[in-house]
Order: sequence, then C-alpha cells, then structure tokens
Amino acid sequence: MPFEARRWPVWRQVTGRDLLGLGGTSTSNLTEVRTARTASADRVAPSICPYCAVGCGQLVYVRQGEVTQIEGDPASPLSRGRLCPKGAASRELVNSPLRELKVKYRRPHGTSWEEISLDSAMEMIADRVIATRDATFEEVDQQGRPLRRTMGIASLGGATIDNEENYLWRKLMVGLGVVQVENQARI
Amino acid sequence: MNSDCVVVMGSNMAECHPVAFQWVVESQKRGGKLVHVDPRFTRTSALADLHIPLRAGSDIAFLGGLIHYVLENHRYFRDYMVNYTNAATIIDEHFLDTEDLDGFFSGWNQDQGMYENRTWQYRGGSVWAAAGQRTAPPPQGEGVVVAGEVPFEDPSLEDPHCVFQLLRRHFSRYTEEMVERTCGVPAAQFRRLAELICDSSGPERTTCFVYAVGWTQHTVGVQYIRTAAILQLLLGNMGRPGGGILALRGHANIQGATDIATLFDVLPGYLPMPMAQDATDLDGFCRPHGGAAGGYWGNLKAYLVSLLKAYWGDAATADNQFAFNYLPRLTGDHSTYQSTLGMVDGTVKGFFVLGENPAVGSAHGTLHRRGLRNLDWLVVRDLYEIETASFWRDSPEVAAGEVRSEEIGTEVFLLPAAAHTEKDGSFTNTQRLLQWHERAVDPAGDRRSELWFAYWLGRRIREKLERRRLDRDRPILDLTWDYPLEGEQQEPRAEAVLREISGVAADGSPLPGLGALRDDGSTSSGTWIYCGAFAGGQNQAARRRPHWEQSWVAPEWGWAWPMNRRVLYNRASADPSGQPWSERKRYLAWDPELGRWTGPDVPDFPVDRAPTYQPPPGASAENSLPGDRPFVMQADGRGWLFAPSGLLDGPLPTHYEPQESPTHNPLYEQEANPARQLFRRPDNPYHPTAGEEGADRFPFVMTTYRLTEHHTAGGMSRFLARLSQLQPEMFCEVSPELAELRQLRHGGWATIVTERASIEARVLVTARLTPLRVQGQQVHQVGLPYHWGSRGLVRGDSANDLFPLVLDPNVHIQEVKAATCDVRPGRRADQAPS
Repeated sequence: MPFEARRWPVWRQVTGRDLLGLGGTSTSNLTEVRTARTASADRVAPSICPYCAVGCGQLVYVRQGEVTQIEGDPASPLSRGRLCPKGAASRELVNSPLRELKVKYRRPHGTSWEEISLDSAMEMIADRVIATRDATFEEVDQQGRPLRRTMGIASLGGATIDNEENYLWRKLMVGLGVVQVENQARI
Repeated sequence: MNSDCVVVMGSNMAECHPVAFQWVVESQKRGGKLVHVDPRFTRTSALADLHIPLRAGSDIAFLGGLIHYVLENHRYFRDYMVNYTNAATIIDEHFLDTEDLDGFFSGWNQDQGMYENRTWQYRGGSVWAAAGQRTAPPPQGEGVVVAGEVPFEDPSLEDPHCVFQLLRRHFSRYTEEMVERTCGVPAAQFRRLAELICDSSGPERTTCFVYAVGWTQHTVGVQYIRTAAILQLLLGNMGRPGGGILALRGHANIQGATDIATLFDVLPGYLPMPMAQDATDLDGFCRPHGGAAGGYWGNLKAYLVSLLKAYWGDAATADNQFAFNYLPRLTGDHSTYQSTLGMVDGTVKGFFVLGENPAVGSAHGTLHRRGLRNLDWLVVRDLYEIETASFWRDSPEVAAGEVRSEEIGTEVFLLPAAAHTEKDGSFTNTQRLLQWHERAVDPAGDRRSELWFAYWLGRRIREKLERRRLDRDRPILDLTWDYPLEGEQQEPRAEAVLREISGVAADGSPLPGLGALRDDGSTSSGTWIYCGAFAGGQNQAARRRPHWEQSWVAPEWGWAWPMNRRVLYNRASADPSGQPWSERKRYLAWDPELGRWTGPDVPDFPVDRAPTYQPPPGASAENSLPGDRPFVMQADGRGWLFAPSGLLDGPLPTHYEPQESPTHNPLYEQEANPARQLFRRPDNPYHPTAGEEGADRFPFVMTTYRLTEHHTAGGMSRFLARLSQLQPEMFCEVSPELAELRQLRHGGWATIVTERASIEARVLVTARLTPLRVQGQQVHQVGLPYHWGSRGLVRGDSANDLFPLVLDPNVHIQEVKAATCDVRPGRRADQAPS
C-alpha cells in the first residue's frame, strides 16, 4: 500500500486504536508544525467587545505589532469567555483590508474621492468650523436673552466610541457653542 | 440569574444580546420561568416557557391589563407599595384623568399642542422630577419638595384623590377582554401570564422585565417603560436581586455616550442644559423656586459647579458664577431629527458624524440623504466608507438617476478612525459598568482615535481664534485643554481624561466619590455620577479580578456608576426596618450592632443611615429623606406610580395607537398620543389612519428588528466577510396567510411600499409570524431587519427608508416599531432585472 493511503484518516481509524476518531487519527503532519495564534502572541491586551452594550470581555493577542487573534475573556463575570458571532469576528473588523487607511476628500460637485494629507484635512476642517460658526453665531435671542451658540453646525455619534472621547468632544462643542450634539441613544 | 420569572418584551434577547442571554438560561436552570411577549416567534421565544404574540404598538394596553389584574385581584406587595411608592400620596383635586376627558389629561393646551402640568401636582407640595423634562416646556407649576415640606398622604389608600385610587380608576377598563381586543392576545393566555408574574413576585420571589428598542421606538415609548415601572413598583420588584427593568442597549458605549453626554438637552451626568428663559444666575438656575430639592438632586449646584470647574478651570471663579454663562442656551428641541430638517431647510451647514450611519440607521433615510446633499461640509469619521460618507456617489437617489453627483455641493471629509484595539478608553455597558480596553497596537496610516481628533481640532481652532480677542471666543479659549500627549502620533492620554471626568480636589488629588463634591469651586469633576472612577489615583474601570476570585456581584470587575453600585435603589431590598424581606431575597440589611448596612453591594445612601433616621429641621438633599425612603433620586424618596412632573404626555401611561395604525383606539376617542411630535410637511407624508380615506392602501403593520450576525446600520458588519456570508441578503418575514393573500413566494421577491419609499426584499414565509384578531379584524404583520444599505460586501435596501418622522415628545425618538405598509410581489419598479 502506498504511503499516502496509509495516512488516510479512515484507514488509520480502523487499523489503529482510535475507532471513534477522536485521538491521533484526527491529526496530520500539519498538526505537528502548527501552533495556535494565542500561543505565539508576544502580548495580550485586555479589551472589551466593540459591538453591543453587553460588554463582553475580550483578550487581544498581538504578535509583532499586529492583532493576530481576539478571544473571549474567561475571567469576565459578564461573559465568562463567550462571544457572539459579531464579537468573534472582531479580528476581521480591525484587520480588514476594506478598512480606510488614508483621508479621503470629496470637493463640492466632485465625482470622485481625492487624497489629501491628514494635516491639510485638519486645517481645512478647523477653518470650516470657524467660518460656519462666525456666519451663524447667535449672541442673544429676540428678547435680548443670551444664547451664545451656533445652530449652523451639528454633530451625531458617540455610542461606538469611548467615554473619554465623548467627554472631550462635548467639551469642545460646548466651548464652541454647538448645541446640536447627539448620538445613537436618540434612535 | 436570581429572577424567578424573566419577562422579555420589546426585545429578542437571545439573538440580539446572546451572551447576556446565558444568564436568563441560568435562571431557568434554577427553576425560573421565561416569558417572551413579541409579535414574532424568535429564538428567545423558542427557549421561553410562554410566548405571547401581540400586535406591535399595543404594549401599554397589555401592561396596563397586568396592572389592572394586580390591582383588582389584590396581588400587589402592600408593605412595599405603601412604604416605598407614592401610592398613598394625594394629588391635586383638580386633576382629571383620561377616563374623564376621553384620552386627555387635565391641562391640555390644544393651540400649543402640549400639557400644562399644574393639576398633576401633589397636594401640599409640588415636586421636581429626578429626570426627564425639567426645562421644556417652561416649568409652570413645576417645583421642588423643599426640605420639611410634607405632601398629604392617606396610608389607608382610600382617599379618592390618592395615587392608588387614581391608578385603579385610570386602568379600570384595561380588562383581559380589552387586552384581547386591542393586542390580539387571547384572554386565557393573558391570564396565565398575569398569574405567573404575580406568583413570581413578593417577599420571597422577584420578577424582572427586559426590554430593548422594541419599547422605545414609539410615539409613546417613554410611557411604555413607565407602565412597566408602575407594575414593578406595585409588585415590589425594584431595588431587589432578580428584579428590575433592564434595558438592553445596542452599542458598546451607548450608555456612556448618554451619561457623559453627547445629547443636546443634558450636560454630563444628566445635568440640565440651560434654556434661554432660565435664570442667568447660577443660584436661580439650581433652585428655580427658591428651595433645594430633596434627594440627591438637592446637590445640583455642587455637581454643576464641579463640571464648570472641570471645563473652565481657573477661568471659572466665584466672581463669574463659575463661568455658568459660558454655557450656550437652548430654545427648544435641538435633537438629531430637527438637525436633519435644518439641513434640508438650509440652516444647518456643517455636520460631524462620529461612528454613526444615519443614511441607513435613522428613520426616513431619504430625508437624511436629502439633508446631507444640502450641507456645505460634512466630516465622517469611521472605520469604513459607510453610506453616510458616500451618499454623493452611490445613494439610491444617485443610482436611480434622480440626482447627479455633479449637482451635489457638499464638501466631504472621510477620516479613518482607530479601532477599539488601537486606543485606550472605557465603555459603559448596559448595566452602567465602566470597563477599560487597552491599546493593543498603534493605529496605522491616518487612522486616529476620536480623542486625538477632538484634542487636535480643538487645539487648532484655539490657535486660530486666540489672535482675534472676541468675547464670543472666551468659552472655547478658556477651556482647560492640557492633556499629556504620547507617542509618535501625539495621542492624548485617555487616563488623564478619565481622571478629569472622575474629579479632583483643589490640591489636585483624586476625589473618592460624589459625596466629596462641593458648590464653592473647591472640587472639579467632569461627570458627577462618574466621580470615584479614578479614586485613589487608580483607574477603577481597568480592574479585572476574575469572577472566580470574588462574590457573584463581582464588585472588583470594572466600576459601576454611581459609587460602584451594582443594584440601584437597593435600600428597597430590605423592609422599612432594615431587615431582608426574606432570606431567599437577602441583599442589603441593617446591622444595628455595627450601626451600618451590610451586604454584597454598595448601599444607595450613606452606609450608616439608620432605617429610623428622621431628617432634622433644615436638612437638605439626601439628608432630607427619612431612612426608609429607597428612591434617593426622587424629591420625596419614593417610587413614582404617578409622575407629577417630568413627562410631557401625562402622569400615567395611556394606550394610544401608533401614528399609523390599522385599527381605531378601542379605549378613547383620541387615537394617538396627543403630545407626539409631528412634522407635517410634503417631504414627510403620513398614511391615513384607520377609517380615513385611503387607509386601506396600507393595510399591514410593519416592524423593524436586528439579526445576530449584523450590527445596527451595518457599518461594523456588512464589510466583514464572515458576517456577510452568514446573513447575505435583505429579507422580509411574512406569515403563510399573508403570503397567500399577496401571492408572495418563499425565496422570491417582495416590494414593501409606503408613502416615503418602496424597498425590495427576499420573501421569508414563516409561521413565526401569525395574523392576529384585533377588534374583529385580521391584522397581518411584516418583520423587517434594517441592516442593509448601498455599500458593503452585501447590499440591499434600507428598511428605515420606509418610515416617517414622528417622535416621542419626551425623548424625541422615532416610531419605527409600528407603522403601516403594503406588500406586493416582485421587485420594485425602478430595479433593473438582474
């Protein structure tokens, strides 16, 4: 019998001492050389699932500056190591080649994206905020009561980002007098 | 886990919050029961001991029926109810109920379309709501229970104006026959549930309710939850292990974003944003009627001054009222749907979108996309190029040729965001638990955190404004804006921000908790309810002691606001004398020898507050509440069966039909919530309601929902291969009866039609949906997942395009859980055959 056929798992299961196929027959040469990504990681960062608000514990495995695996954290009293299909897919969420890497800019009436630097984008956005704020600023209402605000700018979003980020963003908006700041809780 | 009965209603917990659902299964293993009340049979129903299909939009009639059952069969927990709720409180004798006025309460102003709540007040003292509408409309008749002021009460519960009797009268017609007619639930099935809930409540047992957006996304959404609150207070299920009303929220930090607060009407910690008509002096704002509220809100000034100090630091002084007038003022509803209309109408010119996808996720997507097309500039920050960023090139309107890209003048910036693995920060989960996630790797390319974006945008703007010395720029220039920067990307240190949120004393040392906050400017805290999250200079949210090393309450995992408390209002877990209601439900108990409360959780009040405590004359805030008042945020320390203030649409929940309904309101002449927010304009058409001409063009009820494999508007799931493979296509769920009626073929196409849009979907014919008998007529319901859009690995039409803008008046949330539609076989007309 040729060597390859003797490696055939069913043959090994029948001729070996592994009738149920749960032992050595379920291994191959590849099994011997492969190691789990969790074992080869050089760092594990404690984390929390970014999808729903249950807040399942995650462990993020990192090797050479890349996220190689994301697992449920068994120590969490909420999730006890479990993740749902979305949480289990979060490695793809952060590593997907479809993720945006560079700033994209679409000029008014443009028909395609253009590439601009992050620095230029930040500069342009700061200028737009100041100009719109100046053009729409309301010092007082019709009865002379102070308003100190702009209704020309609005902001939406916050439920997918951190507390610290929400706090700092709202602080900035309050300072600018932007009152239309909202997030997903409104839907 | 500790519940004897879990009622899931307005949620499909097993599929939408599957990992949390393990605890429901644990409660079942311990002998607990699970009930699922939902229009659809889902995996939650499959594991339930009882599934009750009801008509979408009829939950108040259903829950009101349960209240009626509890009251008339004397199944309430009398000791709890009399002592811990306002059942005995006497209401103003001029109050008139919806029973008197056929669907209206007293105080309705038809011209303004809103209530004036003077007649809803307590006799002998008016009260200030702990939450909700403190500011709009103008607070006529709204006041505070000043320390020492005692409203009239009748502990015998016989006075016709006491809350208990008002409640009985209000729900007197919510009988099981009425439930059957209104909800389509057979009376026998309803009675079985009522008995189960009552048998699973009382000193020895507890029942909890679990809900999600199936309760909130209605024109009476707040009152849905109020109805459950009344029921749970009557049954004594609040503040006790295994009890409560649990909200299942849909985003990782939607709770934190609400708390901290990216919402127009509240400042961090639910402090009210000032309105133009409010006092411009700080004291007048904090004490609108000259006295401080009872309960913890009596410390409003300490909380607000501490926030102003966190925002403006040394520029906030006693001389300038701690910069109180740096705060911009509101003049009405400035919520997101108003902003959308502002974009359409040209008043809103610039728009930031941070990790949200309104072009798919908000009601009436067509209107949103029209708004986006009318902006001067738009900044979208996201992981992927979502529909909100790409509307100018591949929206349904562009695809259909209605608009050309060249005609759209909006300038769009799409900035790539850092993922949760690429930044430090905390999420607050659905049970108020702050949990820290650590940066595992640095973000690549132009990807940055929102923390980086907010900080650096603020820094650039400040540098540009510094030169011009305008008074209007003082609030932005005086903000404290010094955060340590780290690494090559100069990322602000997230822990430094959490430290500011938690708060520090004048000497810069971290505050231990909210009890330390002062109104004299000597403390600073960015969010008073989060005060203590950085106690001892330690990041409390980052604690991760494994659950097997601590009690089942797990107090050393993360940090729950406020004060690391895991069950709110936990004083109610003991009887008025401080002893557990039963050994089986022991949680907190008063130890007279130690002179303190003991148990596995942090008490919801001072730990040495004796059950016999009586406030001395002149006591304020939490010290004005006797030692047997568990609801420490309320001015009177009691759970409100009747809400004398804080709600715009009535002190008691009332069944109203959705804006679009196939049937008349069987209880009142008034069909829908009279205070709902309507937008009558040509681009937001409503369908005729039952009985009106043309109503038969939209004979079916539609409701939206989520799938396990996708996340809300799809920005975090439709771009992922595995999730897209698992749920590749938009579909609609219809019953075999509806399929036969409309000639729909399983696996074929259907077009769902409303006045707002027509969308197409694959047909899923399933007995999981069943037609209901409502007022003698057959009502068909259509289930629609809402995850799809024009981009991603899997694409499809957006269910939210079908809905109009019509909102709950209290919280401005849209009604997308019940509206009317038609369903036709085949693809939509403008769809090229493929």
